[in-house]
Amino acid sequence: MQGMRGRLLLLGGALCVFAATAQAEDVKRGGTAVVHMVSEQGVLNPALRASTGVYQISGKIMEPLIDKTYDGYVGVLATAWSSSPDGKTITFKLREGVNWHDGKPFTCDDVAFSAMNLWKKLLNYSTTLQANLEAVDCPTPHTAVFRYSKPMPLELLVAAMPDLGHPVPKHLYEGTDILKNPYNQKPVGTGPFKFVEYKRGEYIIAERNKDYWRGKQYPYLDRVIWRFIPDKAAAAAALEAGEIHESGFNGISMEDMVRLSKDPRFDFGSKGFENNVAHSTIEFNLRNPILADLRVRQAIYHALDIDFALKTIMRGHGKPGRGPIPSAAGANYTDNVPTYPFDLDKAKALLDEAGYKPDANGIRFKLKHRPAPWGEYTQLWGEYFAQAMKKIGIQVELVTNDAPGFLNGVYRDHDFDTANGWHQFRADPAVSTTVWLRSGAPVGTAWSNQFGYKSDKMDSLIDAAAAELDPAKRADLYHQVQKLEMTDLPVIFAIEHPFLAITSKKLKNHHNTPRWDSSSWYDLWLDQ
Amino acid sequence: MSLPVPPLLTYTVRRVIQAIPIIILIMIGSFLLIKLAPGDTVDALVGDMGGADPAFVARLRAEYGLDQSVMVQLWRYMLKLAQFDFGWSYVYEQPVITVLMSRIGNTMLLMVSSLALAFTFGVALGAIAARRAYSWTDNMISTLGLVFYAMPSFFLSLLLILIFSVKLGWLPVGGIRTIGAFKTGWADVADVARHLVMPTVALSLIYLAFYMRLMRTSVLEVMDLDFVRTARAKGAGGARLMFHHVMRNALLPVVTLLGLQFSTVLGGSVIVETIFSLPGIGQLAYTSVVKRDLNTLMGIIAISSVIVVIVNVVTDLVYAWLDPRIELK
Repeated sequence: MQGMRGRLLLLGGALCVFAATAQAEDVKRGGTAVVHMVSEQGVLNPALRASTGVYQISGKIMEPLIDKTYDGYVGVLATAWSSSPDGKTITFKLREGVNWHDGKPFTCDDVAFSAMNLWKKLLNYSTTLQANLEAVDCPTPHTAVFRYSKPMPLELLVAAMPDLGHPVPKHLYEGTDILKNPYNQKPVGTGPFKFVEYKRGEYIIAERNKDYWRGKQYPYLDRVIWRFIPDKAAAAAALEAGEIHESGFNGISMEDMVRLSKDPRFDFGSKGFENNVAHSTIEFNLRNPILADLRVRQAIYHALDIDFALKTIMRGHGKPGRGPIPSAAGANYTDNVPTYPFDLDKAKALLDEAGYKPDANGIRFKLKHRPAPWGEYTQLWGEYFAQAMKKIGIQVELVTNDAPGFLNGVYRDHDFDTANGWHQFRADPAVSTTVWLRSGAPVGTAWSNQFGYKSDKMDSLIDAAAAELDPAKRADLYHQVQKLEMTDLPVIFAIEHPFLAITSKKLKNHHNTPRWDSSSWYDLWLDQ
Repeated sequence: MSLPVPPLLTYTVRRVIQAIPIIILIMIGSFLLIKLAPGDTVDALVGDMGGADPAFVARLRAEYGLDQSVMVQLWRYMLKLAQFDFGWSYVYEQPVITVLMSRIGNTMLLMVSSLALAFTFGVALGAIAARRAYSWTDNMISTLGLVFYAMPSFFLSLLLILIFSVKLGWLPVGGIRTIGAFKTGWADVADVARHLVMPTVALSLIYLAFYMRLMRTSVLEVMDLDFVRTARAKGAGGARLMFHHVMRNALLPVVTLLGLQFSTVLGGSVIVETIFSLPGIGQLAYTSVVKRDLNTLMGIIAISSVIVVIVNVVTDLVYAWLDPRIELK
């Protein structure tokens, strides 16, 4: 296995392959793509806010060092990357001849400034990822050397870069209050589209960057407009009326999506969201003595008819979960884990064994359940959970909240017995997954282990995997994490589902990368 | 020597001064009420982002001043408000006053056009219905009023969108202008008017029904009064009797309702603006609650209470004009 470290040099040169597929049809230039956005974004700087809502817009304007395509990780602002044998130095070769939208050249100085001042200090999830980053050196204007105090797996850093690796122009940010910098609302990047205008509550416009580094032919579109339409039914009507071309991330209701999917004018599906998968979860509060009993948690899992929920709630778009790591994680995923198939008799037997016999009304015990308000899936999944539990004699009281109420109730006040929400997977288990299981998260941290779960074995597996440089060993550690989680069951990662989009067939080359809605759309064109 | 001050002016000034403590009380009450809701804007923001680490959350809270106690926050807010500073919106990353000013125009346009539509047609239809009470016309109008009255505005909005945008393609689904068209002058006015047709109708129909029913009852009542009989005996008939004698008196309760309902129209605009994605105060209020954008929400409440106070004063003045017996003191 020692030989592996020698070949850690990956080249990001798949661009020509990419360009070739775009030419397959007769490309028409010009036109404006109009995209639906459900909620307003205050900050349009992906180096300050790691969120798909921000990427959907900023992805067209600002580019990351590395992006993920169906051919794997390819360089965008970086062209090659490699790691030293001890894993403490990671070197990026940067693309030459790239200019910011204001005409200044993109260099290593921008990367070093962004990494030290934004990625390490201010960007959510990235502050943890880059905690051990000591400095970024610039031996040449187009070489960036990241120095870490502890080994950083190259695989992890590369996987995190599409989301957490957006440089900002140093000349516009240096010496300013970064959080209050006006360019956070009118981003300046290197991408195929330049920011034009943000009209609050209405729209954002970006126009073609004539000086785009991929060549004069790109991008094909003249403009991209994002329209804020908070009402999902109205957004569906706007799609039907031809006023918008695409709504991603389940922006309209499932009912409307299924209806529009039968309309020959639209494409529908989960393609282009392979990198944006989430789990629908059941979270337990292990401080409750009833739920602290493993048999009760197993019984609850056995009582959930996952296939039924998949069919009715997600209309078949998803698959049963196999622990905290989704199948979208590639090598880090295994399906060789203990499972809990739907079996009501077994569930009842487990509850009897645990000593919770039904009373005269058939009720064994009551649970206070908080469903997350993240949209249709979580709300219906919460209602299904209550129904399913009734069948095995558990009475579930649903406590509905809006987002701040839910986050506080579950993650700060621990005022719940069970909850259901989302675990969003972000390319590598070390980014936003293992925090669900690692003990020691400060109280109040949303989407972290606030379940009262503490396992020394789990903690040491997580820590070992985060520092393991050998991808094969790392994958093995994550398989162990998955198995242990499926044995201990602090959380049921019940269903793995991608997001869904409905897209007008007028858009060509749409959803052709695994994180398409967040990508740059340089090869998107409009057939009109 | 003192100049004779017109009673109208003293009355108005006194009413405005009386309103100040009321507005302050509203502001304090709303502030505390909003603080009762679980979670703050940082929670909402983190929820939107899909998570953040504790250092990030603590830094945001400190930056927004949310790490202080509620009383300190209230004191700071009221101090700023005293200097007419509405603070900063952390959701929009703009001063609250900028956010409000960019939207108040749209909401006022929607409110005034809806109320004007509701008032004009409500009063006219009500008067016609009363004139031909219990006839076929009256039944038609009354039934229509009942349908308008019973139809929830969100349903009506979606129905209108389905018919006029999706099926017929005559009117735009939402927004205030055609995005990216950059029209100017009269073309722009026409564009905005086209966008406002459906929201105005959706918002006004229920009020139209209110005014119509009230006007019908009111006219029927006034027509039986002695002075109407006197007028008729003196030879006034037809249009003159109706407009000069009956309607002017019958309008009083309708004007009361109009003044009272100004604030409920503001409430109704929340739904209509959200469905039609009209960038107005109503839609802003909705998103501000969801995102716990305290400063923006307080700014909306302040502006709304000022508007309601002004409308109440104006209503009283209109009373005095309609009915000279009412004295302003």
